[in-house]
Amino acid sequence: MDAVLEARGITKLFPGTVALDAVDLVLARGEVHALLGENGAGKSTLIKCLTGAYARDGGTVLLDGRPVAPRSTADAQALGIGTVYQEVNLLANLTVAENLMLGREPRRLGLTNRRSACREAARMLADYDLDIDVTRPLDAYSVAVQQIVAIARAVSLSDKVLILDEPTASLDAAEVERLFGIVRRLRDRGLAIVFISHFLDQVYAISDRLTVLRNGRNVGGGPVTEVDRLALINMMLGHDLAQAESGHRTRAPGNGPPAAQFHDFGRRGRVEPFDLTVRKGEIVGLAGLLGSGRTEMAEVIFGIDGHDSGTAEVSGTARRLDSPRAAIRAGMGFCPEDRKTDGIVADLGVRENMMLALQARRGWTRPVARREQDRMVADYIRRLDVRTPHVEKPVGELSGGNQQKVILARWLLMNPGFLILDEPTRGIDVGAHAEIIRVIEELCDRGMSLLVISSELDELATYSDRVIVMRDRRQVAELAGAEVSTGAIVSAIAAAPQQRTAP
Amino acid sequence: MSARLLPFAVTCAIFVLAYGLAWLQFPAILSTRVIGNLLTDNAYLGIVAVGMTVVILSGGIDLSVGAVIAFSGVFIGVMLRDTGLHPYAVFLLLLAITTLFGLAMGAVIHLLEMPPFIVTLAGMFMARGAAYVLSIDSIPIRHPAIEAIQSAYWLMPGKGRLTLIAGLMLLTVAAVTLLIHRSPFGTRVMAVGGDARTARLLGVDVGRTTVAVYGLSGFCAGLAGVVFAVYTSAGYSLATVGTELDAIAAVVIGGTLLTGGSGFVPGTLIGVLIMGLIQTYIVFDGTLSSWWTKIVIGMLLFGFVALQKGLVQLRTGDRAARRRAARQSGRHRATA
Amino acid sequence: MTLPAGLARILPMLATLALLVAAISLVSPGFLDISVANGRLYGSPIDVLNRGAPVALLAIGMTLVIATGGIDLSVGAVMAICGAVAAKMVTLGYPLPLTLLAALATGAACGLWNGLLVSVLRIQPIIATLILMVAGRGIAQLVTEGAILTFSDPGFAFLGSGAILSVPFPVLLWTAAAVGTILVLRRTALGFLIEAVGVNARAAYRAGVNTRATIIAVYVVSGLCAALAGLVVTADIRGADANNAGLWLELDAILAVVIGGNSLLGGRFSIVASLIGAMITQTVNTGILLAGFPPEYNLLIKAWIVLVILLVQSPRLRPLLARRRASRQGTPT
Repeated sequence: MDAVLEARGITKLFPGTVALDAVDLVLARGEVHALLGENGAGKSTLIKCLTGAYARDGGTVLLDGRPVAPRSTADAQALGIGTVYQEVNLLANLTVAENLMLGREPRRLGLTNRRSACREAARMLADYDLDIDVTRPLDAYSVAVQQIVAIARAVSLSDKVLILDEPTASLDAAEVERLFGIVRRLRDRGLAIVFISHFLDQVYAISDRLTVLRNGRNVGGGPVTEVDRLALINMMLGHDLAQAESGHRTRAPGNGPPAAQFHDFGRRGRVEPFDLTVRKGEIVGLAGLLGSGRTEMAEVIFGIDGHDSGTAEVSGTARRLDSPRAAIRAGMGFCPEDRKTDGIVADLGVRENMMLALQARRGWTRPVARREQDRMVADYIRRLDVRTPHVEKPVGELSGGNQQKVILARWLLMNPGFLILDEPTRGIDVGAHAEIIRVIEELCDRGMSLLVISSELDELATYSDRVIVMRDRRQVAELAGAEVSTGAIVSAIAAAPQQRTAP
Repeated sequence: MSARLLPFAVTCAIFVLAYGLAWLQFPAILSTRVIGNLLTDNAYLGIVAVGMTVVILSGGIDLSVGAVIAFSGVFIGVMLRDTGLHPYAVFLLLLAITTLFGLAMGAVIHLLEMPPFIVTLAGMFMARGAAYVLSIDSIPIRHPAIEAIQSAYWLMPGKGRLTLIAGLMLLTVAAVTLLIHRSPFGTRVMAVGGDARTARLLGVDVGRTTVAVYGLSGFCAGLAGVVFAVYTSAGYSLATVGTELDAIAAVVIGGTLLTGGSGFVPGTLIGVLIMGLIQTYIVFDGTLSSWWTKIVIGMLLFGFVALQKGLVQLRTGDRAARRRAARQSGRHRATA
Repeated sequence: MTLPAGLARILPMLATLALLVAAISLVSPGFLDISVANGRLYGSPIDVLNRGAPVALLAIGMTLVIATGGIDLSVGAVMAICGAVAAKMVTLGYPLPLTLLAALATGAACGLWNGLLVSVLRIQPIIATLILMVAGRGIAQLVTEGAILTFSDPGFAFLGSGAILSVPFPVLLWTAAAVGTILVLRRTALGFLIEAVGVNARAAYRAGVNTRATIIAVYVVSGLCAALAGLVVTADIRGADANNAGLWLELDAILAVVIGGNSLLGGRFSIVASLIGAMITQTVNTGILLAGFPPEYNLLIKAWIVLVILLVQSPRLRPLLARRRASRQGTPT
């Protein structure tokens, strides 16, 4: 194989975690190589190590056989490794030509020679069959066009490796086809293209080979023709088909009164309208790959993104869930997936973080007495086993698992009837992991209703009474009782959609 | 008409409309005499506002400029009084000092990652303080060379006078317009103001650009100081208090986005002229009180901020939806 | 931890103030002398407390605004408007209580305007409050009709120059306002919610905090503080000077908050520290005069103080201070 880039044993350490553990990635000349894995698998860390955004802690990178160690993205660019991120990394306020020519403007008398800059820019885009007015600002054009402009710039600067990080995240089918045409043409020109996407159809449509990461390790890969969809999802989600099914929790099937009911609930562009009933004391699992709409569903339910269709009923009363405040008043709680930006208030202490939701609901005029606070906080620190030197320790300085417990405590001390947990066990250590699962089951036994989103399918299958499977922003399957098993979930996720993107 | 130039078009329309209304009431207001005076009276403001435009386009702000103008006047006065230097030499020395001062502020902003607001506030205290230390009294500025500048003008048709300092202001506007909208440096300024992080990813030296921008603002403030000293024939440490606010207001009314990255330098000139026109109108009217200037400028500011907010929302509305959609997959956790 | 958290937080500012006072006392030995004459305290420390009153009042509101990550540039202009309203009403013969209420209501209305621009229209705070900063003095002049509106109402003048138990009234006013605000923040959950919004507004919103109302509230408090400060300066000169009342005091107030170690990015705040910051700047002003330096050095010294504080607060130098910050905790002081 004619390897352009050969990365071997790439290791990256972050305080307390190994983000990449001796990962290999080999790119051949003229191939499209899909890099796959769930959130936190290490894809973006690997890309950052290759493009110089991070300094790797171990391993070697050979580019055309020569060892390289880019210190910055500009450095990597000069070496021949270009990147186009999902959020088009160009400047929306500049014109197309300015974006393409930034840093290498043709000059005349010290000023930019605009005519020749525009001619050059138009010529670059002509290679991509893009005939647009390059003197207009970039944001006058669709994302698809911006994407192509970004690729044109990256390729013109770096002609060996092109990394496309989620390039299709916000493109429609026709735009994806157009992009793929360009990718194929670049591949035929001999570039090695890394394609990162969570749309498996697209992966199969465009890729020649793939590499799968999970928890910072290589877990598989090879020519795309040799890895079928089911095997791929099993690799990504870390479930081994040969492995015995873990026992499903045996409980009386949920036939209590509905704790929350949603009819035709949805928001355009976020999640297709869905029907959902969660009964009292029931755990409903929400499964699906990254980008399947599972987090969007939770956020629409909790009023973070107001719904634009459908109705909601919580504990038997119709509710308008148009803000988190409304959802909380209805007796709901939500532990977000992204703890750092959406969950914790980093500079505030454990006590204040735990008290936040309760205090917000009571309003500023009715503070919770300090003694009462101390009692509740001490209670939950003990019950959830939060490891903190003292209750005023800024939460930002705790480990991920303890942060998660603090946010869990924030909701539990409100005694919600319906709690949504988005990836409650991601990025936390094994000990805290087990405890959080124990807490989930305990809550449910006490009559609380839970909607749990998780990529840990074994786990989800173990504690869920029902599992809803999402794909392409819509509900595609519902498994209940004895049907709930990891294998069944994986099959439902992998089931080929009605419309495939033609290869 | 692209959305980008719309604020500039609105500014121009407001100016023409306001001038037209004023002309209907006072036909004498439409004469090259009035226009000449408008340009001369606001020459220093125009120059300093153009420097401010560049700073704001880069996403920053410079509160020190009013104090730098005052310092310039006092400096020129003291140097002419106490040394035998020719005014031109003093001017050059002064421009070197104010440019270095701006560069230093830019360096502090970039190297210490401090908000420009506070750094240039300290700069304002420093410049004003330095002016006080040089002299707390008003110093007359007299020199044959300066008198020559004062009396230099080009007689426009209609007996209006385009003075040298007004010409200098127009020249500055033209030069900075070229620099910002036609040179690689200008593209870098716009890039930094649009999104500094992305600009860095695209290989722009954000630090150098930032430092240069404040240096340019310092230079413009020094030049405005020279013009103001010539215009008033005096240097006074308490002069031009609050000029930075007038300059910022002119920039915003001129259609430049205060958050940076979008604007058109000549718009600032129109912004200055609108503010001058309000004052001229009040003088012509004779019964209106001067405070209406501030109130009207405040209302214009609000109008423009609201207009730009609306435009930005229109432009980013669909982009925001896309970003939200892309967000989930974008959440790559670096550490647990 | 050996020190109570609140004290540990303000210790650097107290030390700075003590150092300043010691240095000035060396140069001008009578600095700390206090005497009583005509039933009123006199002396440099009293002078510092008295003259620092407007900035101290503004600093209370400014601290809260800055804690939410905002800034209020309009307070100087709001002082002028409120002073003008009060002077106008007194000269028109309205009773004093009604006059004071009207002035406070005006301040609150100005704060409401700023708060709405920031939280509902989502305009950057620096721009939103710039509008009133520019237009405010015009509005004040509109009220006074351009003249310096003088009055002779002794009750109103008392606000500026009176004394209770020998203590000048402005000193009592700002300490009472500070104690009142701190009590409200501590006894209610307002301080907690403001900090939560300031540190992470997204997370606070998702936890059910009414972020919009919280932001409006801090601007209203800032407007009220500006109204009080406006009343004090107006009463002091027995006249409303729309042009000069509160001129550039917004910058002094922001400076006081920054000297008090409060981050301009929002989050944890300490009103006491801001007040000490206000007193530090006032001590510098008074000290320079007493020490025999010409007053023109005042601004230069102020500039250097700001620069030193900038250096200490710089994000680049933050990691060095991280340990101390980590031990910082507790409710707002």
